[in-house]
Amino acid sequence: MRIPTLLAGLAAGISLLSITAAQAVEINYWQYVYDTRVKAMDELIKNFEAANPDITVKQTTFPYDDYQTKVIAAHVAGNGPDVLQFYYGWLDKFQQGGVLQPLDPAVFPNAEIEKDFFPIVSAISRDGKYYGLPTAVRSLALFYNKKLLDEAGITEPPQTLDELVADAKKTVKTDGGGNITSEGITLDPAGQDHQWWRDVLVRQFGGVPYDDKGNVAYDDDAGLKALTWYTDLATKEKVGALGFMDEGQAAFKGGLAAFTVDGTFRLGSFKPITDFEWGVTELPANAEGVRSNFASFFANGISADVTGEKKAAAEKFLQYVTSPEAMQIWLKTVGELPARREAALTEENLADPIYAPFLKGLDYAHTSNFVDEAGQRQVAIDMVNRVVLEGQSPKDSLDEAAKQEQAILDAAKK
Amino acid sequence: MASTAPTIAADATRKGRAGFRLTLRQRRVAWAWGFLALPIVFYGWIRFYPTLNAFWLSLTDWDLLRPATFIGLANYEKLFADPTFWKIFGNTFEYLLIGMPVSLVLSFIIAYYLDRVRFLHGFIRALYFVPFLTTAAALAWVWRWFYQPVPIGVFNDILSHLGLPAQPFLRSTAQALPAITVTGIWAGLGFQIIIFMAGLRAIPSTYYEAARIDGLGEWAILRKITLPLLKPTTIFLVVFSSIGFLRIFDSVFNMTHNDPGGPLNSTKPLVLLIYQTAFSSYDMGYAAAQTVVLFIILLVISLLQLFLLRDRA
Repeated sequence: MRIPTLLAGLAAGISLLSITAAQAVEINYWQYVYDTRVKAMDELIKNFEAANPDITVKQTTFPYDDYQTKVIAAHVAGNGPDVLQFYYGWLDKFQQGGVLQPLDPAVFPNAEIEKDFFPIVSAISRDGKYYGLPTAVRSLALFYNKKLLDEAGITEPPQTLDELVADAKKTVKTDGGGNITSEGITLDPAGQDHQWWRDVLVRQFGGVPYDDKGNVAYDDDAGLKALTWYTDLATKEKVGALGFMDEGQAAFKGGLAAFTVDGTFRLGSFKPITDFEWGVTELPANAEGVRSNFASFFANGISADVTGEKKAAAEKFLQYVTSPEAMQIWLKTVGELPARREAALTEENLADPIYAPFLKGLDYAHTSNFVDEAGQRQVAIDMVNRVVLEGQSPKDSLDEAAKQEQAILDAAKK
Repeated sequence: MASTAPTIAADATRKGRAGFRLTLRQRRVAWAWGFLALPIVFYGWIRFYPTLNAFWLSLTDWDLLRPATFIGLANYEKLFADPTFWKIFGNTFEYLLIGMPVSLVLSFIIAYYLDRVRFLHGFIRALYFVPFLTTAAALAWVWRWFYQPVPIGVFNDILSHLGLPAQPFLRSTAQALPAITVTGIWAGLGFQIIIFMAGLRAIPSTYYEAARIDGLGEWAILRKITLPLLKPTTIFLVVFSSIGFLRIFDSVFNMTHNDPGGPLNSTKPLVLLIYQTAFSSYDMGYAAAQTVVLFIILLVISLLQLFLLRDRA
């Protein structure tokens, strides 16, 4: 009778073990390294674990430059994360490659997503299925250096493109040799300027960057006017220089630029500035008062390999990190705007002189899709460089850019 | 040896052992192969298998995520028809053709005169060698700052103090590549100087004494004695720095970080193109084709230099 008893005891032990195993689900969360984002996520994980003692979340981060590669390589190797952050522009790649699974509509009903979130989240829906949800969204605005504006006798930040050029001319400083020593406006196509050009300026000059089928549509008169306007800042108006202080944000941070176009994500790195006061205003309108903006976001999605109780845990975690509470923590720590309307459009936020211009921008923002973010950005950088550095006519440069970008789009479709 | 083998074999049979016995020589060979097996397997697996696999990948359209399909030579056709590739191909050789001769001549001149300096000799030599010990990425970022436009760029500040027009350096399609090559030359200079000095020291001083007694001038001594006897050193440095310049990557990547290889591909070497094709566009098949092309270039150059080396002996 001893052996059956032993066996029974063993069986009980095993079942106990399996129960504890079932209770402690660990999920892996990946995002890229950015100090404030990591801190905010640590706080969210702490809160989530306190509310769900049976789930632990492990955060892993990678430098931004390697992040996408790591996700893809880890997926191929079969040891990727359970929940991961991804840029909306990477979705096509991740969806076709089977990195992500669509959200279960029973847990995340489409109607609720569409009601509660800003409409730009539709950028991560394919065939009626959402592949993730963002905690925060980003939009662009015009940052200005109050000290430099005061020195030039400008009392109000510019509201139209013409005013912007006029104010930039008043604030730019040059030395005896004609070199710019302090910019009117930063020119940095590798930063946010390529988005400003594509989704804002092209539209303000009467065009659209892409047609309904997603093909390049900026190779028309509107695109040409937009490119000419932008490159004139360097070549004709001489209010900024490509590569000045290396990066636009560095020039602004160093107090050597009156204006710069940048996003919500820059707030964290501009906050420590003590040498001068700075402000934020909406991106300038065109002569007819038309405004536009570019909004984008990093979403959190669930890896395609996750099933069973891990999936349930991952869904719970995703629900928490996209909850209004999480969004407030994110806004406070990172400075990015909540992705839920209700959480974003609070009276407090709308009265905030810094958040308000970004929030207003979200109203009329566009979110053009990317198939190869780095490649498409490079096309825009080269387009500007050909005009400014090599003196090519904006028309020829625009045509070449359109051809190159269309080739990237075509290659992604096959 | 041939006669002993059967004896021992016969001996083994006499003892009636199962299996067979090895001669001393055979045993030595077996031991040698036994020790060599590990590195061979390791190298075969870590180096040669991926290398051969790259050849196969270059014939596919693998994008990391979807299974690879065989597409024949389509990647190569695309590559050779792409004007950007030829631009980058040219850049790669431009790095070599500017960097290698300039660095060699410069390091020889410095080594030649440094060899005669006694005052603070060790200190000066260390100064030249320090850049070689520094991380390439750190060097690149410092030089990138040197090349900035006013008000932060060091070179341009000097130019403007002298009343000379500011230069765009890294922001110019014509100046960027030479500007980056300078960094590469400077970084490798210390090593080349040390090697040249070792070569110079290895030449017996009796040759010089004999030449001086015969009344030869400094120039003739340099041409007839120093340079010919330095040939092995020179060839080593030519091979070494050629490969270095053909594989230039980190200084370019770091110095043009916002627009890697730019502006307008004017500084992009082949290695950076491969990196971008593979890790920003995830076009692994196409990147493999580019890698095969680089491999062939390096192979041809290495064979050419091997041929030159043999010529010397």
